[in-house]
Amino acid sequence: MKVLVPVKRVVDANVKIRVKPDHSGVDLANVKMTMNPFDEISIEEAIRLKEAGKAKEVVVVSIGPGKSEETLRSALAMGADRAILVETEEQLEPLAVAKILKGIASTEKPDLIIVGKQAIDDDCNQTGQMLSALLGWAQATFASKIEVEADSVKVTREVDGGLQTVELRLPAVVTSDLRLNEPRYASLPNIMKAKKKPVEKKMPAEFGIDIGPRLTILKTEEPESRKAGVRVQSTAELLDKLKSEARVI
Amino acid sequence: MAILLLAEHDGVALSEQTARATSAAQKIGGDIHVLVAGEDVSGIAGEAAKLAGVTKVLLADDPSLKHQLAEPLAALMVSLAGNYDTVIAPATATAKSVMPRVAALLDVAQVSEVIEVVSSDTFKRPIYAGNAIQTVQTRETKRVLTVRGASFPAAEFTNSAPVEAVSAPADPGLSTFVSAALATNIGRPDLTAAKIVVSGGRALGSAEKFKDVILPVAKKLGAAVGASRAAVDSGYAPNDWQVGQTGKIVAPDLYIACGISGAIQHLAGMKDSKIIVAINKDPDAPIFQVADYGLVADLFEVLPEFADALS
Repeated sequence: MKVLVPVKRVVDANVKIRVKPDHSGVDLANVKMTMNPFDEISIEEAIRLKEAGKAKEVVVVSIGPGKSEETLRSALAMGADRAILVETEEQLEPLAVAKILKGIASTEKPDLIIVGKQAIDDDCNQTGQMLSALLGWAQATFASKIEVEADSVKVTREVDGGLQTVELRLPAVVTSDLRLNEPRYASLPNIMKAKKKPVEKKMPAEFGIDIGPRLTILKTEEPESRKAGVRVQSTAELLDKLKSEARVI
Repeated sequence: MAILLLAEHDGVALSEQTARATSAAQKIGGDIHVLVAGEDVSGIAGEAAKLAGVTKVLLADDPSLKHQLAEPLAALMVSLAGNYDTVIAPATATAKSVMPRVAALLDVAQVSEVIEVVSSDTFKRPIYAGNAIQTVQTRETKRVLTVRGASFPAAEFTNSAPVEAVSAPADPGLSTFVSAALATNIGRPDLTAAKIVVSGGRALGSAEKFKDVILPVAKKLGAAVGASRAAVDSGYAPNDWQVGQTGKIVAPDLYIACGISGAIQHLAGMKDSKIIVAINKDPDAPIFQVADYGLVADLFEVLPEFADALS
């Protein structure tokens, strides 16, 4: 079977972002960018399926600025076979991304698409579900375990209250959660090999769909900041403060 | 203007998250119809009918909806959506799965995790783990929203709206329920509804110590138990206890962080708590920067003392 994994180039999870003083957005100049951590998990899972003989090919796709090619190269270095870059400088909304991915799925015909459950920049948590809906496929979000069988896939999901296991008819869309696996580091030889792997380039216009924004961002602000409070010296003092000052216990 | 609100429930009881989403819907304004979907859920529909501001409860009682799988639930919501200009749900695991599916089938954008209703088409939502807040205006005539329960008060149960049965469309049959391993939060209140949360981090060192040290304090306070991602990844606590950017978002009256360093991803899940207490051996732990009361000490000494003093 063929596995398709979309990846997004985002601000590194360890960077403390800054809001622009004019509230027009987040300052991304000279900020360290990496692959969305959930997408790394998705690629790792796809590669493990290939290593286990369940998947024949792993194709990665990114929709974003030209520099997303670096992100795709990291995915290829981890072990993906080939990549597709849909180049755009526009910040696309999840629905537009899902529509382009649907276009790619219709030519690539994957059996399984593994999508990160959310991108850590816009925290939308929508693309996988939207893609599944547009394709009319089965979906399982927040996967912590994926077991591929002949024409179905069993997915254990992290839900409120614990875990739920569902079985999906293939083809299907699964979104990965944190505990699905621990992504590998690419080895130096694999990084070198990845440079020679094919990256096919496309433009959004080729898909003949409306990708214009549906939402207008009026303002981006810093959240109200919390001030550090006081240090207490003992358990007794802490209890006293909680009882008589904060009155919460 | 009419609003369709998807009720959150576990098949037994209505979740408090529904009451919180109801007060968000009240701010948008208009008739509020609550959809209760499941199997044998008429009792839950009766509960939802008591929510202040609700004008009607739609009860979809069907075996295909028993496990609230995304595909049949989305098909049901899309079949009803024609009568509404807003479709809203609390941002729970169920709604996070189904709402984008509904939005895509309606060909509209979704606004996720709304924390403030500015007007009927303008909302505030956090991005970058809550390190920035966006004000977003939607141009869609049909609006699909998920709202963060912790940011809205629970609507009161003072009403008696009529309950109307609706039929579920044919099950698309794309996925089937296999099994569930639930209720790991044995005997403790629901994390997202609790007034007090006691959370443990990697410093606990093992699942046994987590139980021995955190649970007695939580029990004495009638508190829910939370955990940092590090504690969950290490297997000290189950996944549904995780508080943070990608876990549960909580805003209790009192949050006690024990042995949690305070990564931005964790802070994203608890920094709207009214009072934050941090207990940590490391005086430089970032958690102290958001704590109202900080105690630099060994949690293995402090927590038993704390539990004893409460009895």
